[in-house]
Amino acid sequence: MGKTIIEKILSGKSGRDVYAGDIVVADVDLIMGQDGTSPLAIKAFEAMGGERLFDPNAVYLVIDHSAPSPTESISNLHQLMRSFARKTGCHLHDIGSGVCHQVMIESGRVVPGTVVIGADSHTCTYGALNAFATGVGSTDLAAALITGKMWFKVPPTIKFVCHGRLPAGVFAKDLILHLIGQVTADGATYMAAEYVGEAIGALSMEGRFTIANMAVEMGAKAGLMEADGKTFDWLADLGVRGVEPVSADPDAAYAKVLEFDVSDLEPQVACPHRVDNTVNVGKVAGTPVDQGFIGTCTNGRLEDLRVAAQILAGRKVKPGVRLIVAPASCKVYLAALREGVLAALVEAGAAVVTPGCGPCVGTHNGVPADGEKVISTANRNFKGRMGNNKAEIYLASPATVAASVVTGEITDPREFLK
Amino acid sequence: MKFEGRAHKFGDDINTDYIIAGKYKFKTLDMRELAQHVMEDLDPEFYRKISPGDFIVAGRNFGCGSSREQAPLVIKYAGIAAVLAKSFARIFYRNAINTGLPVIECDTDGIETGDELIVDLAAGEIRNLTRDAIIRVKPLPGVMLKILKDGGLAAHIKKYGRFNFGEGDD
Repeated sequence: MGKTIIEKILSGKSGRDVYAGDIVVADVDLIMGQDGTSPLAIKAFEAMGGERLFDPNAVYLVIDHSAPSPTESISNLHQLMRSFARKTGCHLHDIGSGVCHQVMIESGRVVPGTVVIGADSHTCTYGALNAFATGVGSTDLAAALITGKMWFKVPPTIKFVCHGRLPAGVFAKDLILHLIGQVTADGATYMAAEYVGEAIGALSMEGRFTIANMAVEMGAKAGLMEADGKTFDWLADLGVRGVEPVSADPDAAYAKVLEFDVSDLEPQVACPHRVDNTVNVGKVAGTPVDQGFIGTCTNGRLEDLRVAAQILAGRKVKPGVRLIVAPASCKVYLAALREGVLAALVEAGAAVVTPGCGPCVGTHNGVPADGEKVISTANRNFKGRMGNNKAEIYLASPATVAASVVTGEITDPREFLK
Repeated sequence: MKFEGRAHKFGDDINTDYIIAGKYKFKTLDMRELAQHVMEDLDPEFYRKISPGDFIVAGRNFGCGSSREQAPLVIKYAGIAAVLAKSFARIFYRNAINTGLPVIECDTDGIETGDELIVDLAAGEIRNLTRDAIIRVKPLPGVMLKILKDGGLAAHIKKYGRFNFGEGDD
């Protein structure tokens, strides 16, 4: 019987022939923790009697959620991570390195067929590299630090077949918001998503990461893609060559196959307070906004900053509106700096903050005021997400956010991209 | 395991940001302090309404969103004995079992806030004393029962030094 991508990967890593529904204990290639979850994982590691890591070179700790630290209590948690890294010899990416997921996909360690667990729900981002990557909690993370293994229920797979090409001014973010709106916030719970079709193939790797990143917003365990020339080019730029792709068999069994034609898709906006509350931008155009945010593991990459700069170059953020930009990583920051993208954004009035999660999780760097409306490129718009439960968050593509801060209201970016 | 307490009812898609907001959870490992903010964005008075042993009862997809293990921990430290929901988001479900918070999949339509419940995991049923009804419970997967029985995943790994689900189980 044929296998899906995830059935193949988990068969390989468990040494058994497994299918959806089977329970496996699989080898884990890479382990990642961030500053919101690692401190608890370190405590759990100690409670388990852990002394050394199964492989220090496989473990990455990243300080990104509150970076640099805004309070003394968080500084002490960061110190705990630094001291654990010194003691165990694992990798530590300190403040300014960027969002953990961007650090991982730039590391050259995540390749087709890799199994990665991360103590952050958006670990599913790396599925765009044809790897099985999933979010876990701190105790699961600690167990893997010691054993190098993790137990999984092999998930059934939903295949999303995306036909056609995205029209001009419509981006990967619009596509994934649309898919989530269609299947809802628990439409893929316990399942893996496989994204295939012409529209996915036409996306850059950066756009594919945006799609895989939000698989968890439909409840999925993983968001996987096939490897192609673009995948190999991404890895070759990181010095990685000769990797073997993992493809689904033609006779693999899927829980569901959903077909979409994206040729007429419009820019999408997810309205407060649910990610699956998506509408065409026209439906909410004209809604006044107080703050825009461009960044995060969803949309803080070079391509995202470029399109924002394209719209904002020679224009100004409307007086009374704020724009915060957080490049997804140090590497993205430098590239955007060198090609003038950041200069264009700053000249337009943007406030650029340290690479990292920025205001997305409400710890610092741009908590909105009571009654304010924010338009953001992040992946979650839950009430209180950005630190104030009396604010409202709209999610959209970087282009839509850039256009909206120019006019001061939610705006169709296609008017600015002609 | 058998618990008796009152129900506190919530809706569908209760995410981990609602259970414990990001602005608090990154600050400290003191779960007693964090527990005072449980569900605060939905009901600022919720923590004060809980009597030890009460239940959170919800609809579909409880615990969706972030992977923060602080979510099941604050529920436990707030004095909640178990969470009953029609379905759970997968990371929350694992985290709850790993940290020893019972999570129970069942039909919650017939339960309202204030109902007196007896949750009997061994018998696989919930008795709603207020409405004189019996609700069947979906059993836990074998692997998770084993982890719960060992006292959570930390105790399991400490005991065996590895994942040990026995023959035929893995």
